[in-house]
Amino acid sequence: MMSPEVGHFALVLALALALVQSVVPIWGSRRGDTALMATASPVALGQFAFVTLSFVVLTYAYLVSDFSVENVFQNSHSTKPLIYKISGVWGNHEGSMVLWVVILTLFSALVAVFGRNLPLTLKANVLAVQGWITVAFLLFILKTSNPFARIIPAPMEGRDLNPLLQDVGLAIHPPLLYIGYVGFSMSFAFAVAALIDGKLDAAWARWVRPWTLVAWIFLTAGISMGSYWAYYELGWGGWWFWDPVENASLMPWLAGTALLHSAIVMEKREALKVWTVLLAILTFSLSLLGTFLVRSGVLTSVHAFAVDPERGVFILAILVVFIGGSLALYAWRAPTLKQGGLFAPVSREGALVLNNLFLTASCAAVFVGTLYPLALETLTGAKISVGPPFFNWTFGPLMVPLMLAMVFGPFLAWKRGDLAAVAQRLTLAFAAAILATLVTYAVTTGGPVLAPLFVGLAFYVIVGAILDVAERIQLFRAPAATSLARARGLPRAAWGAAVAHAGVGVMLLGIVGETAYKQETIVQMRPGESIAVAGYDITLQGLVPVEGPNYRDLVARLTVREGGVDAGMLEPAKRVYTARAMPTTEAALKTRGVSQLYVSPGDPGTDGSIALRFFYKPMVLLIWIGTLVMMFGGLLSLSDRRLRVGAPKPSARRVAATVQPAE
Amino acid sequence: MRLPVLALAVLMTATPALAVLPGERLSDPRLEERARALSKDLRCMVCQNQAIDDSDAPLARDLRVLVRERLTAGDSDRQVIDFLVARYGEFVLLRPRFGWHTAVLWIAPLVFLVAGIAYLFVLVRRRRVAVVTAPLPLTDEEKARLEAALKP
Repeated sequence: MMSPEVGHFALVLALALALVQSVVPIWGSRRGDTALMATASPVALGQFAFVTLSFVVLTYAYLVSDFSVENVFQNSHSTKPLIYKISGVWGNHEGSMVLWVVILTLFSALVAVFGRNLPLTLKANVLAVQGWITVAFLLFILKTSNPFARIIPAPMEGRDLNPLLQDVGLAIHPPLLYIGYVGFSMSFAFAVAALIDGKLDAAWARWVRPWTLVAWIFLTAGISMGSYWAYYELGWGGWWFWDPVENASLMPWLAGTALLHSAIVMEKREALKVWTVLLAILTFSLSLLGTFLVRSGVLTSVHAFAVDPERGVFILAILVVFIGGSLALYAWRAPTLKQGGLFAPVSREGALVLNNLFLTASCAAVFVGTLYPLALETLTGAKISVGPPFFNWTFGPLMVPLMLAMVFGPFLAWKRGDLAAVAQRLTLAFAAAILATLVTYAVTTGGPVLAPLFVGLAFYVIVGAILDVAERIQLFRAPAATSLARARGLPRAAWGAAVAHAGVGVMLLGIVGETAYKQETIVQMRPGESIAVAGYDITLQGLVPVEGPNYRDLVARLTVREGGVDAGMLEPAKRVYTARAMPTTEAALKTRGVSQLYVSPGDPGTDGSIALRFFYKPMVLLIWIGTLVMMFGGLLSLSDRRLRVGAPKPSARRVAATVQPAE
Repeated sequence: MRLPVLALAVLMTATPALAVLPGERLSDPRLEERARALSKDLRCMVCQNQAIDDSDAPLARDLRVLVRERLTAGDSDRQVIDFLVARYGEFVLLRPRFGWHTAVLWIAPLVFLVAGIAYLFVLVRRRRVAVVTAPLPLTDEEKARLEAALKP
């Protein structure tokens, strides 16, 4: 029953359904035939069922270690822990593409189920566009990346999953990231559907916002998880490397963040319509590009791409068709869209335009930095590297004005704002920033000169976000009961914006703490020796070999004393995964508040000593806590009743009524 | 299939070493600091996008030692970089030099930003003219009357 061929066949059936979905509903919408349009929903659900079946079959092959399936043989091992047998399904090219399509069809199914109050034509067109994407990716899997290919005779044992991927963090990183990437296909489908229809109004923006938000939250989670994984797993204590693979996920995030903001302008003021549509197209295009960069092997080397061009060329064709096609459609249809809502440069809209400008410019910087070396090598053969120093110099400066403006935005009125008045209301934020800067100057020794200013900037952003809420609920200005009522009545979207903005400040604080004030000590230690690192006394007790399920460790047992008091153990290890004889470094961490002590082991010497690299990273956890706060803001915004499907209208009016007296 | 501890230790010694080993470091803290700063901008050429400062690869170690040798010999930072570029090509630099071949790379983000600002500027000016010459918008009362008149 669970034979791999069933999974393969399910993919073929899904492709057939996807072909139907990409033609019939849109044909119906052109002819105004409701019966044809209505086929979209059941067909979308059918596709989801078949693709899911195929995914389940593949997972089953991993669970029972069916090594007659080449994909399982290449990426699994009978002794591998259960969780990594499951995560191994998407820990490789073929399986991850199946996961991609599972999520894609899941989104189509969600539109089919929850899109009841969508205009029928829009729904049909959106599902048709989703169908096109599904067809492309299913063809790609079936033509170039069949995960169900068999080997005869079946090998006795598998080759095991790349040890670096055998980690809880990386087990859930790809699904999160893919939900983010693929989620943006919804905004894309809505944009293309609107262009085909030539109809684009505030209701459209209201429809697109929740999907974009969902994608954004998951992409944020995926990037953040990947960053934390790199931090503790790669073993050299960095959390962002400006690696092309990371950039591939950052670009859609930046564009998606811009989209989220421009959609607000469109929903509230019917302005920036054309731009919002373009951003929706660009965001998904960058998601596709990210998939291409990671999956085609072009990043490892331009030559690797040329040697095995089948997959790369196929993905390149998908890119050209979807990006080129949608941009051509945009160029053709966008001029027919009516522009609405005029506004003065200094206004909420103006601030959001500024946000879009800096986000897209920073996205462009990442784009150029990531692709330039590939382009240069292809054109001239010259090889250059574009690494962290380049991005710190180009991306970094663009973030500063963005954060400065970010605090002003929510305070400005729509249409026409008053900068001076807003600045006055932000007095507390400025004061907090100056105070934080001065205190940092006084307390710290060493560190870059600019670092205290960035601490100030972080406080300005956080306090600014708090003031935003305080102002809206008239905290301390009205009686407490009134403030409470207003806080309850404040739209969740407003709460979400303030929380997410505060999250950016929190993250910045972590980044400054980690980059400017970290302490590092590198030593060669013998058992019995001690060393002092950032107020901790650390003693190496000994080197102990430990046997794991599918690996062997050489653990350095370190005892930590803090001010003469025992503070537990640190046990970093050199690990060798037996199946691939691949060595990895297992760092050990000790968390104090939001700061961490980080130990990475090196080679054991012949004299029984071992090289150890200690870091003290102040406030480092705030980096990821900041992203969690941002995600929480996104969730709050998502729970806004405006965006909720089928929210009862009367209750919305009642809330408005309770708030009214406070005006 | 248990390996004795000693064999395990030997096996591990054969594996790549840790970034910046204690033994590599220079006794002069000033020179060592310069070496570390330089190492962060130099690429470990057999790794994926990793600086030699962070890398465990033997080649990265060789480069770290080389940088320190040159610094000890009295080279300036610039001379060390020139030496490495002459030997390994520009691929070794994580921050590409500004030149004809990288002009687009360095200028593109700035051009994008400036073009964006310029575009917005033009838009604002044009719109201001539009606002001045545009007919007055309908009042709510007029809108209601219009809608009533248009209803079939």
